[in-house]
Amino acid sequence: MNGSPLWLKAHALLVFAFLYLPIAILILYSFNGQGVGGFPPRDLTLNWYRILFNDAAIWDSVLNSLLVAASAMFIALLFGIPAALALDRANFPGKALFRRLVLLPLILPGIITGLSLLMLFRVSNVKLSLLTIILGHGTALISVATTEAFAGLQKLNRAQEEASLDLGATYWQTFWRITVPNLKLSIIGAALLIFTLSMDEIAVSFFLIGRDNTLPLEIWGRLRRGITPEINAISTIIFMFSLAAIVLWYRLRTRAEVTSEIAAELVETAGS
Amino acid sequence: MFSRAYRTVITVPPLLWVAIFLLVPYALMFCYSFWSVNDAGTILHSWTMTNYHELLTKPVYWQTLLRSMWIAARVMFFSMLLGFLLAYFLSFHAGARKDLYYQLVIIPLWVSYLVRAYAWKTILGTDGVLNTLLQYVHVTKHPLDFLLYSPFAVVLTLTHIYTPFTFLPIYASLEHIPRHLVEASHDLGATPAQTFWRVILPLSIPGLLAGATFAFVLSLGDFLAPLLLGGPSGIMISNIVVSLFGAAYNWPLGAAISLCMLALVLALIFFSERLEKKWSFQ
Repeated sequence: MNGSPLWLKAHALLVFAFLYLPIAILILYSFNGQGVGGFPPRDLTLNWYRILFNDAAIWDSVLNSLLVAASAMFIALLFGIPAALALDRANFPGKALFRRLVLLPLILPGIITGLSLLMLFRVSNVKLSLLTIILGHGTALISVATTEAFAGLQKLNRAQEEASLDLGATYWQTFWRITVPNLKLSIIGAALLIFTLSMDEIAVSFFLIGRDNTLPLEIWGRLRRGITPEINAISTIIFMFSLAAIVLWYRLRTRAEVTSEIAAELVETAGS
Repeated sequence: MFSRAYRTVITVPPLLWVAIFLLVPYALMFCYSFWSVNDAGTILHSWTMTNYHELLTKPVYWQTLLRSMWIAARVMFFSMLLGFLLAYFLSFHAGARKDLYYQLVIIPLWVSYLVRAYAWKTILGTDGVLNTLLQYVHVTKHPLDFLLYSPFAVVLTLTHIYTPFTFLPIYASLEHIPRHLVEASHDLGATPAQTFWRVILPLSIPGLLAGATFAFVLSLGDFLAPLLLGGPSGIMISNIVVSLFGAAYNWPLGAAISLCMLALVLALIFFSERLEKKWSFQ
């Protein structure tokens, strides 16, 4: 810290304030009896949380979102991990195009992914429902599973897989006993990321929505009708869950790093 | 070492999925943009250039596109300015607290995009937190009404949302700068400013390019922040597309605009990658 110019510190402080101000306001006003605006906040109350817990439509949409996120995560991992393996160790015509296509939804605005899928479902006469949202999220988030798994594969020592195959294990056994355990952290990281991104996704869902709302779309519908601190309350709860997920992920990663360090030391000691 | 069967099993399923759910939809978007819709609302599957002709001749489309690009350019500029200086501070001056600060930049990403845009709405509105605060401390007598429902509100909100996104690649590229290069520069008598301009900045260009592309492309295609905070003067190109796919019911014209956006975005990614390669440090 010493020697760093004061203005640089001040700037960093301001950026953090800019990033956290809306979140702080959001949480603070979820306890405000007087609604979402108005300074100073007065009549601190838990009333909005009480209303929220009796709001069946919100909880239905939360359940829908959880279902969508879990299914999208399954699809994205099911196709994203093999895609990473294919990019890492297979050669086929159109590989460069395939790599680009898989990763494209990561950088494209959601509206393009959403609309192009809407046209697909229209042409093939698929009715819009939660299923179409799941297919949309799954497709868009394969990119996340692939990038994470591919990064994990770059660090993987291929000699282990070779040894396993040489010792007579089948590809299937090698995959489950060597490849997957080595990619464990990348896969868990990708799964958490996909789950949260899907829970929050709105641009793609916006176009693929049938009768049942996901949580962001339910919130969106309410924002257009008028705003109440109930939205602050549900956002605060979800933020707390996300924070818990980050902490959990950190614990897992730190423990895994410690375990692998211990393992490396053991190997060294055994070898010497 | 991997058998043919193994390679087939890992390649074919993702290839098929990507073909069906990404390649075919983009191709369909291309087809739609050459179709048309009649007064009865039926889509005519005969090829025509009508949509592209309309895009070029009606000023509302390219004016809105230009305005969206101007909004996106401002978001890109501000989030790069904030993101770069923050990343520079973290990478070179934060010492032991680096990891903590890094986490603090990431955490806002876990709060829903929609919810953060909504939070800005509650801050900027006529009866919002900022206006009532200003009146409370007697800075203003009447609410400032230019805060919400303006391009300003859209730029502010999108800058808030994309600053962490631009920070990440910039920080990664700063962290990859070998510290002995910086030391060498100091030892050879360069001032801190010279070291910054001649060593650190050029080496962070790949990260800056990636961050800039992210911020520009994602805000260019945004339609929710303008709907929520933009008002009539903050309408962006995607809002036109949304209405063409909704109430205005002209999918082919909407597809043509989307395809132009897609082309623009792909061109930007292509150029940014070319530049990145040119500047990347070996």
